[in-house]
Amino acid sequence: MTPALLNLAIAVPAIGALIVAFVPGGRGDSARMVALMASAITGVITVSMLLDFDTSNAGFQFVTNRTWISDFGISWHVGIDGISLFLVVLTGLLFPLTIVAITPEHDPKPYYAWLLVLQAGSIGVFAALDLFVFFVFFEIVLVPMYMLIGGWGHGRRVYAAVKFFLYTMVGSALMLVGILALVSLQAKATGDPITFDLVTIAENFQVSENAARWIFLSFAAAFAVKVPLFPVHTWLPDAHTEAPTAGSVILAGVMLKLGTYGFVRFGLYLFPEASHYFAPLFLTLGVIGILYGAAVATMQKDLKRLVAYSSIAHLGFIILGIFAFTVQSLEGAIFQMVNHGISTGALFMLVGMIYERRHTRMISELGGLQKSAPIMAGVFTVVMLSSIGLPGLNGFVGEFLILLGAFGTARWWAVVAAAGVILAALYLLWAYQRVFHGEAEGDNATMADLRFSEGLALLPLLALIVFLGIYPKPMLERMEPAVMNLVAHIEEEVPDFNPPDDFTPPDDFERVVPTVAGETAEGEGE
Amino acid sequence: MNNLLHLSQSVLAQNEAIPQLPTPEIAWSAFIPLLILAVGGLLLLTFTSLMPAFAKSSWALTGYTVAVAIGTIVACIPLWNRVQRVCEAGEVCQAGAFSTAAGAWGVDGFSIFLTILMAASVALAALVMHDYLETEGLTGPEPYVLLMLSASGGVIMASANDLIVVFIGLEILSIAVYVLAGMHLLRLASQEAAVKYLVLGAFASAFFLYGISMVYGATGSTSLIDIQGFLATNVLTSNGTLLAGIAMLLIGFGFKIAAVPFHAWTPDVYQGAPSPVVAYMASGVKVAGFAGLMRVFLLAFTDYAADDWRPVMLVLAIATMAVGAVLAIVQTDVKRTLAYSSISHAGFIMVGVHAASDVGVSAALFYLAAYTFIVAGSFGVITLVGRKGDNLHALSDYHGLSRRRPMLAVVFTIFLLAQAGVPLTSGFFAKFYVIRAAVEGESYVLAIAAMITAVIGAFLYLRIIVAMFMSDPLDDHGEIDANLSDEEAAAARIELRDKVTAAEGPPIRIPTLAAVSIGLALLVTVAVGFLPGLVSGFANDALPQLVAAGS
Repeated sequence: MTPALLNLAIAVPAIGALIVAFVPGGRGDSARMVALMASAITGVITVSMLLDFDTSNAGFQFVTNRTWISDFGISWHVGIDGISLFLVVLTGLLFPLTIVAITPEHDPKPYYAWLLVLQAGSIGVFAALDLFVFFVFFEIVLVPMYMLIGGWGHGRRVYAAVKFFLYTMVGSALMLVGILALVSLQAKATGDPITFDLVTIAENFQVSENAARWIFLSFAAAFAVKVPLFPVHTWLPDAHTEAPTAGSVILAGVMLKLGTYGFVRFGLYLFPEASHYFAPLFLTLGVIGILYGAAVATMQKDLKRLVAYSSIAHLGFIILGIFAFTVQSLEGAIFQMVNHGISTGALFMLVGMIYERRHTRMISELGGLQKSAPIMAGVFTVVMLSSIGLPGLNGFVGEFLILLGAFGTARWWAVVAAAGVILAALYLLWAYQRVFHGEAEGDNATMADLRFSEGLALLPLLALIVFLGIYPKPMLERMEPAVMNLVAHIEEEVPDFNPPDDFTPPDDFERVVPTVAGETAEGEGE
Repeated sequence: MNNLLHLSQSVLAQNEAIPQLPTPEIAWSAFIPLLILAVGGLLLLTFTSLMPAFAKSSWALTGYTVAVAIGTIVACIPLWNRVQRVCEAGEVCQAGAFSTAAGAWGVDGFSIFLTILMAASVALAALVMHDYLETEGLTGPEPYVLLMLSASGGVIMASANDLIVVFIGLEILSIAVYVLAGMHLLRLASQEAAVKYLVLGAFASAFFLYGISMVYGATGSTSLIDIQGFLATNVLTSNGTLLAGIAMLLIGFGFKIAAVPFHAWTPDVYQGAPSPVVAYMASGVKVAGFAGLMRVFLLAFTDYAADDWRPVMLVLAIATMAVGAVLAIVQTDVKRTLAYSSISHAGFIMVGVHAASDVGVSAALFYLAAYTFIVAGSFGVITLVGRKGDNLHALSDYHGLSRRRPMLAVVFTIFLLAQAGVPLTSGFFAKFYVIRAAVEGESYVLAIAAMITAVIGAFLYLRIIVAMFMSDPLDDHGEIDANLSDEEAAAARIELRDKVTAAEGPPIRIPTLAAVSIGLALLVTVAVGFLPGLVSGFANDALPQLVAAGS
C-alpha cells in the first residue's frame, strides 16, 4: 500500500488545473483533453486505492503525516478509512464522467480549470485528518463552485452563486471559531502543545462537556448549511437551478456529501457526547427535510428544481442514518451518500441533456419524450427507480439499512421517515409520466436521442446502480470495520449511550485506536 | 589661549551653579535604517535641485527610491540579528533589545519588523507611481521625497519610547502624506482630499498632543519606560486625568488607523487621492498608526489594559469591522469600496491588539504584514484600471475586465479573495491568527463578531469579482432585438460593440514597473498563503519590549 496514492489523488487534478490555466490557445480542445486526462488519472488512482484497501483494517490507510506549520501544531495529515474511501472514489469517478458528458457553452479553459480545482479540493476534504487542513479544503471548494455557477450558469446565476457562497461561508465562519476554541481548550486541558490533529484530539478528548456541546454546534452550523438541513436549505434550489449541468452534478454528487461526511467524521467521531446529546434535534430536522423536500418537489414546475428538492429529501435520510448511532444505520448512511451521488448526478446529467436539446426545463412544455428518445427514457427510468429505492437497485440497500438501523434507536423518526419513501415514488413517477409519456408534440417529437459520448458517461453510473443493488457486499465489507470502530468509540465516550443489543458490535470486537506518529510516508508532502 | 581654557575649566570646576547639560549616549547603529530613509529623501531633494537633469529621469528617481527602501531593509538585518541573539553563558556580547538616546529610542523585534514593512510599502508604491506620474504629467522628485520622509516618520513611531517622539514621528508621517494626497494638481478631488485630510488630521494631532500632556500630568513623564514603571509601582488615588489622557491618545491613533468612529475621512480621502498614494496610505500609514498604538498601549499602559482600555478597544474593534464591511457593500466606486474594506481590516487588526497578549501582538503584526502587500497590490491594480485621469473607478468600469485584461482580472481576484480571507492566501492566515488570539483570550463574542463581518466582507469582494467575470459589458447597453433578420442583427451587433468599446474608454496599459510591484505583492500573498511560517516566525519574535537605556 503506497500512501503517496492519496497525495497524488489530490495533487494530480490540482496540477492539471494549473496546466489547463496556462496552456496557450484559445480553443477548448486541448483544455478538454488535459482536463479529461487529469481527472481520469485521478479516477484511476482512487479506484486503485479501492482495490488496494485493506478490508480488515479499521484504522486510517494511505496515511501521510507531515508537519506543515510547526508552531501551531498543524500538519499535512491525510488518510482514508472505510467511511471516506467511497466518497473519494465517487469524487474520482464522477468528475471524468461529467467532463465526458458535458461540454461548456463558452470559455472552456477556465471552466475546466475550475472543475479540476474542485476535484482536488473535494478529495482533500474527504482525506483531511487535520482540522486545519480540513477547514482549508472545506473553504477552498467554495471558490470554484461559485465561479462555475456564476460564470456558466443560467438565469439568475449571479444571485444564486453569491447566495451559495455567503450561506456556506456563514457556517464555516462559525466552524473556524469552533476549531480554534476546541484546539485551544484541548491544549489547556491536556497541557500538551497545541495541535490540530483530528485523531490526537478525538482519542484523548479533554474539553469540558458544556464547551464541547457549544463547539459541536459551531461545527454543525457549517455542516447543516452544506447538507443542507431544513431551515438553512434555501440556497440549494437556487444554486442547483441556475448552475450549469456540470455544476449541478458535482454539487449534488460530491459537495452535499461534504456536510454529511463532516457530521460523521467531525461530529460523531470528534464530539460523540455532544452529537448524542443533540441527536433528537438533528433527527427531527432530517425527518422534516425528508417530508418537506418530498412535498415541495411534488409541486415543482421546473424539472431541475424538482431534482434539487428531491436531494433535500435524500439527504434527510442520510442525516437520520447518521444520528441513529447504529452500525447498520451508519453503514446505510454512507452507502446512501454514494448512491445519491450516483443517481442524482445521473438525473442532473439527464435533465441537462434535455435542456440542451429543448432549451426548457418546464415540465409542462415537455411530454412524450419516450417516443423521440427511447434510450434516454430507458436510462431515466433506471436512474429514477434507483432514486425511489426500488429493491434490486442501489437506493434500496441504503434506505433499507438506514431504516433498519434507525428503527432500534430512533423508532418514531424512522416510522415517519418511511413515509418519505412513498412520497419519493409519487413525485418522481408523476414527473416521469408528464415528461416522457403522452403524445409528443412540436419539438418534443423531433428531440434527438442520447449521443455516444453521453451514453458512455451514463453507462458506468447505470452499471454501478445495478451492481450495488444486487451485490453491495464489496462496499459494505470495506466500510464495516471503520463503522464498528466508530460506534465502539461512541460507546466508550458516551456514558448513557445504550444501543439495542443486537445492533452493537460483537463482543470479541476490539476497538482499534488509530496511531498518529510513526506513519509518516515517504510520499511527497504537499 | 591655553591659559584661558585652563581658567574657564577651573572656574567651571569651582562653580557648581553653572549647569552641565548631560548629552545622552547615542548608539548610532540603532538609527541606521531611519537615517537611510530620511537622509535618502533629503539627499534626493538637494541633489535634484542642484542637478535638474536627474529630476527629469523618472527611471532614475524610481530606481533611487527603491534602492533606498531596499537599503533600509538590508540595514535592518544586522540589527534584527543583534536583537534576536542570545549570549551564551559567560560570553560578553551585545544581544537582545536595547534602547538608546536616553531611552527615547527603542530597538526591538517590533520596531525592526515594522521598519521593514514601511520600507516595503514605500518600494511597492514607488514602483506603481513611476508610470502614473508620467501619464498624469506630474513628473518630479517631490512625490518620491515625500514618500521616503513620510515612511521615516512611520519608522520613528515604530521605535519611539517616548510620547513626544511618537508625536514627532506622527507629524513627519502625516504632513508628508497631506501633501501627497493633494499632489495631483489637475484633479479637484485630489485637492479636496488633501484639505479634508489636513484639517481632520490636524484635529486628531491636537487630541493626541492633549492626551500626551494629560498623561504627563498624571505620571510625571512622557517616557514610556518611566510611565510603565510609575504605573507599575504606584496606585493612583484618582486616575481621571490619566484615563482622559489614554482616551485622547486612543482618539489620535484611532484617526490614523481609521477606526470607527474616527474613520469619516477615509473614504473621501482614498477616493480623491492619487491611486498610488492610496496604495501607500492604506499600507504604510496604517502600519505606522498601529505601530504607535501598539507601542504605547501595550508597553506603557499594560497595567490599565484589563479594565480600562481593553473594553473600549473591544467595542471599537467590533464597530470598526462591522461599519467598514457594511458600508462597503453599498458603494458603487471600487476605490471607495476598498477604502471601507480597509476600515474593516483595521478592525481585525484591533482584534489582535485587544488580546493584549503575545499571541495577539504577533497576530496583529502578521496581519499588518499580509495586509500591506495585499492592499498595495490591490491599489496597484486600481491605479492601472483608473487609466489616464485616474477617474475610471466605478464598478461598471470593471465590467468585462476578464475579457479585456484576463491576467489583471485574475490577479485582482486573488487579492480580493485574500482580503476576504479565503484559504491559501496570506489573508486567510492573517484572519486565522487574530481569531485565534481572540479565542485564546476567551473573547468568543469578538471572535464570532469578527467571523460574521468576514462573511459580510466576502460579499463586497464577490461583487467586484462578479463585475469582472460575470458581467458582460454588452448587457449594460441593451440587448439585440431577437426579431431582427440576420443582417440587421449583425449590424446591430457591430453597433453595440462600438458602443461598448466607446464606453470602455481607453485600453488598459500595464507598465513594467507597476507589473513588478503588483507581481511582488502577489508573490508574497500566495507564498505566505502556503507557507505562513515565512512571516509568522518573524512576527513571533517581534514582540515589543521596553528596555531602559544603559541596561
